[in-house]
Amino acid sequence: MSIETISLSGRKKEVSNKKMTFLESLYLVAIFKGLFITIRHLFKRKVTIKYPEQTRELSPVYRGQHMLMRDEEGKERCTACGLCALSCPAEAITMKADERKPDEKHLYREEKYASIYEINMLRCIFCGLCEEACPKQAIYLTKSKVMVKSNTNREDFIFGKDKLVMPLDQAMRNTQLKAVN
Amino acid sequence: MDQAIIIEKSVIIISVFALTMLMAMYSTLAERKIAAWLQDRIGPNRAGKGGILQPLADGLKLFAKEEFTPNTQNKFLFVTGPAISMSMALMTSAVIPWGDKLHLFGRDIILQATDIDVAILYVFGVLSVGVYGIMIGGWASNNKFSLMSAMRAASQMISYEVAMGMSIIALVMMTQTLSLKEIAEQQSGMNWNVFYQPVGFLIFLVCSFAETNRTPFDLAECEAELIGGYHTEYSSMRMGFYLFAEYASMFISSTILAVLYFGAYNYPGMDWMEQNVGVNIANVIGMFALFAKLCFFIFFYMWVRWTIPRFRYDQLMRLGWKMLIPLSIANIIITAIVLLLHDKAI
Ligand code: SF4
Ligand code: SF4
Repeated sequence: MSIETISLSGRKKEVSNKKMTFLESLYLVAIFKGLFITIRHLFKRKVTIKYPEQTRELSPVYRGQHMLMRDEEGKERCTACGLCALSCPAEAITMKADERKPDEKHLYREEKYASIYEINMLRCIFCGLCEEACPKQAIYLTKSKVMVKSNTNREDFIFGKDKLVMPLDQAMRNTQLKAVN
Repeated sequence: MDQAIIIEKSVIIISVFALTMLMAMYSTLAERKIAAWLQDRIGPNRAGKGGILQPLADGLKLFAKEEFTPNTQNKFLFVTGPAISMSMALMTSAVIPWGDKLHLFGRDIILQATDIDVAILYVFGVLSVGVYGIMIGGWASNNKFSLMSAMRAASQMISYEVAMGMSIIALVMMTQTLSLKEIAEQQSGMNWNVFYQPVGFLIFLVCSFAETNRTPFDLAECEAELIGGYHTEYSSMRMGFYLFAEYASMFISSTILAVLYFGAYNYPGMDWMEQNVGVNIANVIGMFALFAKLCFFIFFYMWVRWTIPRFRYDQLMRLGWKMLIPLSIANIIITAIVLLLHDKAI
């Protein structure tokens, strides 16, 4: 079998060490062929994306910044069960559970809640497994196009609840929208 | 009268100098742009509109860099190297005819800094001295890689000068003159030398790639083997001088190619224009014709750079000594026979 039929692309060439003829050893024909190939690229569409002005189109399954959801009444859904942290392949999630006080009923949906919930954005690979693991549908990866900002300080990449929990007014707006529909 | 000549020549020299500098500057931008386009990219486009100020930014950056001098005994030579490269690249432009003549203030102004009889020999002489810039720089750097690169550059230039000179001999046999001005005049209309000396042209073209140290013959700057080559130890504006000299000599050798083989400032219908529209306009167009031709060659240099990979050293030597030199000798003999037969026929 020749190498052309074995290779997947069908473009592989067998190496040959045969002696070049005088014409070939001047390289002229080969050079003209090469020049023709490169000049065609001069007129091809450029693939560059001029970044700050243009942005790359995102894939339909794009997963962006995480968000800890609130329910219809604006209570936090997370019950600090730790399943997301367990499922996380990058071990990016840490949390501390706490018991809900009677006067905090309007803040947390379950009796146990996460008093600290942190995702290390330097470790996270945005795989979305935390979202799949969550039994309370508390954590979601949004379609937000805001990428994690660059920084000079490692601590700044650990996102706490202040950055992760959905803002209250957004939760209320969602509830209103749902009621209208 | 004498004063007028001094003024006239100074104006020509200064404008040629300015043009060479400008072209060398913008060749760097053109190189990056063309490299990008040939690779389906866009290239530098942030400094100014479409990157038009990029060369200025690059120059400014080079000026701001630390001027490093290695611990060597040859500080004087270290500074001389880039200076020689630069001045040799600029000196060649003195004999190039940029146009026929302009008729201004009741005088005919020849558009050439100086019309010497041995212009071609002068160009070759200056080009040969140019190798000293690289040699001395590489030697004074006190660095093995620089020295190796300098040796390569020197042996490459010397080898290819032989073939280059031979290809020119065939041309000179045909034109019967060594003056670039006369060679340019002989090619009026579409009577370009490239149609009579295609093989000679090809040899000359290949050799000028080697002489200017451009890819595929840039073994002197072979990054993978020699770090930066002869300018490894150079920084700041001394480094800038080397880079500038490379682009300046590319510009000059493109011009020489255009003058020797592609009819210099001649374009079809030039005589008709001179009679009907006026000498000045016809010659200004002629200057633009030369400019267009040399721009094409500069583009060609870049086009080839992004097409052909670098030769191996032994391949380079084999191509020079075993292919180009026999070919150019054959070219001389065939030219001689044809010229003899032609003379007999008349
Ligand atoms: S997206 Fe993946 S890596 Fe990131 S926190 Fe969730 S499970 Fe961990
Ligand atoms: S986000 Fe979901 S999976 Fe993670 S601790 Fe909270 S409830 Fe459990």
